[in-house]
Amino acid sequence: MSNTFSGNILFLDRDDINTDEIIPAKYLTEITKAALKPHLLEDLLLDGFSPARDIPGKSVVVSRANFGCGSSREHAPWAFEVNGIRLIIAKSFARIFRQNMFNCGMMAVTLSGELIDDVFRRFGGRPASVVTDLDRSTFEFRSETDRWIVPFTLSEFEWKMIRAGGWVNFADATYA
Amino acid sequence: MGKTVVEKIIDAHRVDQLGEDVVVVRLDAVFCHEITTPMAINDLIERGKDRVFDPTRIKAVIDHVSPAKDSKTAMQGKILRDWARRHGIRDFFDIGRNGICHALFPEQGFVRPGYTIIMGDSHTCTYGAFGAFSAGVGTTDLEVGILKGVCAFPLQKTIRIELTGTLPEGVYAKDVILSMIGILGVEGATNHVIEFCGPVIEQMGMDGRMTICNMAIEAGATCGICYPDETTLDYLWPFIHEEYGDRNAALAAFRTWLPDPDADYARVIRQDVSHLKPMATFGFKPDQVKPAEDMQDVAVDQVYIGSCTNGRIEDLRVAASVLKGRRIHPRVRGIVSPATPAVFRQAMIEGILEIFLDAGFCVTNPTCGACLGMSNGILAEGEVCASTTNRNFNGRMGKGGMVHLMSPATAAASALAGHISPAERRSP
Ligand code: SF4
Repeated sequence: MSNTFSGNILFLDRDDINTDEIIPAKYLTEITKAALKPHLLEDLLLDGFSPARDIPGKSVVVSRANFGCGSSREHAPWAFEVNGIRLIIAKSFARIFRQNMFNCGMMAVTLSGELIDDVFRRFGGRPASVVTDLDRSTFEFRSETDRWIVPFTLSEFEWKMIRAGGWVNFADATYA
Repeated sequence: MGKTVVEKIIDAHRVDQLGEDVVVVRLDAVFCHEITTPMAINDLIERGKDRVFDPTRIKAVIDHVSPAKDSKTAMQGKILRDWARRHGIRDFFDIGRNGICHALFPEQGFVRPGYTIIMGDSHTCTYGAFGAFSAGVGTTDLEVGILKGVCAFPLQKTIRIELTGTLPEGVYAKDVILSMIGILGVEGATNHVIEFCGPVIEQMGMDGRMTICNMAIEAGATCGICYPDETTLDYLWPFIHEEYGDRNAALAAFRTWLPDPDADYARVIRQDVSHLKPMATFGFKPDQVKPAEDMQDVAVDQVYIGSCTNGRIEDLRVAASVLKGRRIHPRVRGIVSPATPAVFRQAMIEGILEIFLDAGFCVTNPTCGACLGMSNGILAEGEVCASTTNRNFNGRMGKGGMVHLMSPATAAASALAGHISPAERRSP
């Protein structure tokens, strides 16, 4: 199954990255997703991180615990989407953010703390990418010197969202 | 095995189950504001599905930036206003009648025990104060809610927090919830509903209960719930007396939403509040909490009293009781924003607005405004705000600004002192 859930990784090595940091409230007055593009992660508190330098060319985010906490704004997933990032891998997610991702037909996938530690240790701090195999439910992490295949699991609901292309399509076809 | 409150409510509203762990529920109400709804409206229009499942179950308000501050916010208001008119949504609150959603909608009687409610706003968890299951959602969930009247949720576990003892003077609902978030952590209740109960909650009015449930999301919780009782009934009686006829019938209906004695809890926390102190946050996360008395070296530039957490009449009364007959520190900018027109009017009648004005506060119209750094009191870089709001995230009230969360009493005491200062004990 070909997919858009693969590509270069943006590592965000911090817990509790909230949706105000992902897209500040002052941009919530925009009524097109495209207008969010230059402001992704503008207020992120992370040493050495520069949105202008670090975001272009990335398609996947790897982060730590409680990713996407705070405000319910779906502008956060949209800001990733318009920057070409449709997969976020983390130790855990806030409920609303995770649901928003799948509702948009995007992926928010949890891996255990140990696996996330290993991904950061083996692939963080250097150019790395991930290839997502939806048929086998695996990520293949790659760097110049390393390769590693890691299985992931999604719930039935999450698979339905990916297959349907999101919750509006699914609900419209399913509920009266 | 018995059921918790959320399990009872979800069972009564279940329309589908998607796999083992996601349930689709029928919605009793869908609430909308001008920040997250316009994108849902536009998407429905683009899909050729500009419809609503039931205009009487949809309530809408322009509250986040009111009056509009620029062309973009004016357009957001216009999209919501035009949509409400187009679909005959009678309960639409525009400027003059508008207030902060989570204060206004309960005040209008739109929240009832046992209800399921969604809104494109994370503090929708507030309505659990009435024994409802209410949850913040994103725009896509909101869009489906508007179109179909349903929403999907991961199955919820329940944490029960029993609060015993007596709140000391100067210590309020806000101090309770800040200390509980400190215990749970910002992720401690993800995919959980928190039942707040015990004598402290039983003796608390609806305003205090809403303050507590409002911040359940700051521990990651889907909803905070209090058990509906006589206090809930007093608040709702003007809206439901025709439906029930007598109070006992209403109370009996409320009781069907109480948890079973053998309900299954993921975690039970028992906390005696008798020695709790006035609290404040110190970092960029709401679980970074310590006694305000330990932060007195923090000078404040602005004090903000308002928001869906602490902009209700009880909050203003308490703050005014601290400020009465005194002037705030000359270096401090004081801003008070009553959460709704009814709160504003009541504060005017009781002379509370006069106390604020005499103390040197600016009184604004009801709006979210400064709480999310949109308008009416944005911080400059490097400035510090003592605030009764619910989020101290980096940049929340303005880029480069620092927010310390606290109760209205402690915020008022800090305004007088010019630095963070705990609410005083009133009696000697
Ligand atoms: S007052 Fe603040 S937290 Fe409450 S709804 Fe408005 S912006 Fe959100």
